[in-house]
Amino acid sequence: MLNASILTLITFVPTLGAIVVLLLPRRGRVIPAFALLVALVTFVLSLHLPAHYDYAQHGFQFVIDVPWIAHPAIHYHLGIDGLSLWLVLLTTFLGPIGVLVSWRAIEHRTKEFYSLFLLQQTAMIGVFVALDLFLYYAFWELSLVPMAILIAMFGRRRGPRAALKFFVYTFLPSALLLVAIIWLYAQTGTFDFVQLQAKLAAGGFASGALWWVSIAFLVAFAVKVPVFPLHGWLADVIEEAPTAMAMVVAGKLGLYSLFRFNLGLFPAQVREIAPLLVALGVIGLLYGAMVALVQTDVRRVVSYAILSNLSFCIIGIFCFALGGLNGAVYQTINEGLSGGAILVLIAFLYERYGSFDMTQYGGLASRLPMLSTLWIVTTLALIGLPLLNGFVGEFLVLSGSFPVHPGWVAAATVGVILSAGYMLWMAQRIFYGQQSSLVSERPHLDLGMREQLTLWPMAILMVVMGVVSPYWMKAIDPAMSGLANPTAAMHLTASGIAASASTPAPQGGAR
Amino acid sequence: MNPAVNPALRVLPEIILTIFGILVMLADATMPKTASRKPLGWLAVLGALAALAASFWQQSLPAGDAFYGVVRTDAFSVFFHVLIAGIVLASLLIALDAVSDTTEGLGELFALILFGAVGMMFMTSAVELLLVFIALEISSISTYIMAGFRRKTAKGPESALKYFLLGSFATAFFLYGIALIFGATGTTRIPGIASAITTGHAPAIVYIGLAMLIIGLGFKVSAAPFHVWTPDVYEGAPSPVVALMSTAPKAAAFAILLRIVYGAFPLLHDHWTPVLWWLAVLSMTIGNLGALRQRNVKRLLAYSSIAHAGYLLVAFAALSADGIAAASFYAVAYAAMNVGIFAVVSHAGGYDDRLTLIEDYRGLAYRSPLLGGAMAFFLISLIGIPFTGGFFGKFYVFVAALQSGLIWLAIIGLVNSGIAAWYYLRVATAIYSRPAESSPIHAGPRPSFALLLALVITVSGTLILGIFPGGVLSSARAAAATYTSVSPAPPVPGTAQR
Repeated sequence: MLNASILTLITFVPTLGAIVVLLLPRRGRVIPAFALLVALVTFVLSLHLPAHYDYAQHGFQFVIDVPWIAHPAIHYHLGIDGLSLWLVLLTTFLGPIGVLVSWRAIEHRTKEFYSLFLLQQTAMIGVFVALDLFLYYAFWELSLVPMAILIAMFGRRRGPRAALKFFVYTFLPSALLLVAIIWLYAQTGTFDFVQLQAKLAAGGFASGALWWVSIAFLVAFAVKVPVFPLHGWLADVIEEAPTAMAMVVAGKLGLYSLFRFNLGLFPAQVREIAPLLVALGVIGLLYGAMVALVQTDVRRVVSYAILSNLSFCIIGIFCFALGGLNGAVYQTINEGLSGGAILVLIAFLYERYGSFDMTQYGGLASRLPMLSTLWIVTTLALIGLPLLNGFVGEFLVLSGSFPVHPGWVAAATVGVILSAGYMLWMAQRIFYGQQSSLVSERPHLDLGMREQLTLWPMAILMVVMGVVSPYWMKAIDPAMSGLANPTAAMHLTASGIAASASTPAPQGGAR
Repeated sequence: MNPAVNPALRVLPEIILTIFGILVMLADATMPKTASRKPLGWLAVLGALAALAASFWQQSLPAGDAFYGVVRTDAFSVFFHVLIAGIVLASLLIALDAVSDTTEGLGELFALILFGAVGMMFMTSAVELLLVFIALEISSISTYIMAGFRRKTAKGPESALKYFLLGSFATAFFLYGIALIFGATGTTRIPGIASAITTGHAPAIVYIGLAMLIIGLGFKVSAAPFHVWTPDVYEGAPSPVVALMSTAPKAAAFAILLRIVYGAFPLLHDHWTPVLWWLAVLSMTIGNLGALRQRNVKRLLAYSSIAHAGYLLVAFAALSADGIAAASFYAVAYAAMNVGIFAVVSHAGGYDDRLTLIEDYRGLAYRSPLLGGAMAFFLISLIGIPFTGGFFGKFYVFVAALQSGLIWLAIIGLVNSGIAAWYYLRVATAIYSRPAESSPIHAGPRPSFALLLALVITVSGTLILGIFPGGVLSSARAAAATYTSVSPAPPVPGTAQR
């Protein structure tokens, strides 16, 4: 009973919370405290998922599938597999952290902030659990709105501009995605992911049209990741958005959608276009790293670092090696975790010293030992030091993808070295060397209770994910092995639903 | 014809509205000159509620004609009756909030709204072109007067005159079309015309007549290229009136357009679908591109209404039962969000339009979280974000289009909706920008009970249409099923044309 309704609960508890927030009085810290409570409850509920997940079973679990709208045939169909399992957990885990980091940063209009924040949680979780394309698209679009409003309202200086840029960048390709989704419905009569997968695998579609449909999917997701050269919105948004939003804006939603829909529905078409994406991934990786090297604004360094790291995931995905895919999923989670942590650290630094310019800092390590320690841990996680989470992902991507595209992957390793360069250089300029006037003039307040509560869980998780990665991999690996080898995947998923997939998918994967 | 049903019951909502309209006028005449006319508004609200109830009740009537086959009640007419009564109800509430006790000619305004509604309702139930014409005139003349209701402003009379001149042209076209079709087929009854045209070809005179009818109705629904009056009229007319006239007469005109093309000329569809295809593309594109350049919020919303007429015409071109249902559903969704946004514009801007430019709306969300939030919500629905009526309406329209293989129309439409996001967002970001330090703060009056009621109706309507569209959808499909000329069965999954 609980297994069928748990995903509904996790998805909509934040919405309920958002509605309650609207009714609460604007007094003291009532609203943030309540939002924290809602986020924690959601997180605890989501812990049910890994505890009861059946690792031996392939396909979707915790499924609920009830008719929603009779015609056009839309179902309320939720479910998770090894891929979405950890992304849901990542989202719910970052929920309380988002509230804690906004605790002091958001002093005014808390009602608007926290209700939209919670709505954003619903939208993101919904994207990961929806298995009906209509429902998925609904959550996908919904996720733009609270994000855009929050950037506009709480942006630092040019918030409205950044919000507009973000929205238009992501909304226009989404319109074409909708055409593609409706086209699929007109052809097959279903929005259901599992049925669509089987029907597409069975073939019989005009290949030209299907090619365009897969492109529409790809572009919509690539903008959201973002993939070079569609990253124009990223730096502005990271710079303007409130920290809680900047932490979740890039990466996981777009990457998840690439895994689920591009790889899941169009295995033949993505393999045709894969070399292009690998190239774009490597270019994005090197471009991001090199631009990051010359920035002095810490947020810009981090936003290009994020672009660089996400490009790394793209390489892992489009080499279609099992190791690379596993590594890309792991990197997606790492990016959410470590990238989020570094943004939180920057926010705390800014709250103390009011500057994002790293040239104004120096010698902070002796003044704020705790903050420095956590910063260094996060930096090391981001550059992939062994025993930390980043290493697992990077190693898997590089080792898995190397046999497929040796030249491109060799170039990518240069990017990894560069990433160590800019991250360490940034840490060095802020925390070591001579104490700058900015640092010595201000009182040195190391991390408080709330700030430690925000950061330690993330830091601990980085270490745990670095050491006992198999715990995560045992769910990811089966989900990815299907995508790495689509014929076998069809066999597995289609066997559950009266396998009509007698004709195997066109095979382009056996490179 | 069903003899068991008293013909008067077939026009019950119209009768109720007429009686209440006369009551309002009589009471207005007997009241002392200085007395507040607001109670008359509440009387009109009562009338609209009664008409709404009567429209719902009409669902229980068996489908059939009355008055010598001039009026027809079926699922289709009832659907639009309910919609129009709902719009009139909300518009009256908005008007009650916007006006003050001393506003000139209030009694007339409330009576005109009710009389106009009678015309619109007859448009949706008439199956005789002459009655359609009369109904069109009843509705149009009341809106002409209401458009110029702010006599003392420069824009008011201009707006009314423009609307009147172009509107008269449109009705003249319509009347001439009727004459030509009568000449060709010997009848002005819609079912009669359908049975007179038995093949896919007809004399040239029929095509000319049909073209005239489409032009006349094109004006009424402000489809491009017949849209030029819209921005000026919306700008000059009082906001509560715009809330009404941007939705109800349009819904009625769309209903009669559906009746004419699907009811009277189903076999000629090879000839009129391309026309509607082009009207749809032009309306969407011209509406959206025009809106991009606007600084005045009401003009912007006027262009947006042109674009939305285009989305609706997409469903017409789909030529299927789904298309008719999608068009009907879209009319409802558009009405809910557009009446809603004009409720906010009307209250924030006031009867005399204190706020006109987008910049004037800066910081509305800070001055009044309720109004700002409501306006942002309606903008989100107009953009077409999921879980709102605007999204599901658009979605269903494009499902119908793609099921009929209109892939280019769908792509053009959805790219257009992407462009549209830009100008709606300009308003939305203005609402959520910090107000400029120097700008005077228009605190504005507190939202009245009437406005809250109007907002509750429109917000909940928009949300229900977006999250649980099933109820309205099945009514729309039942309405579409009254057209036997199109295949009611949806394409069988998997065997759709490729």
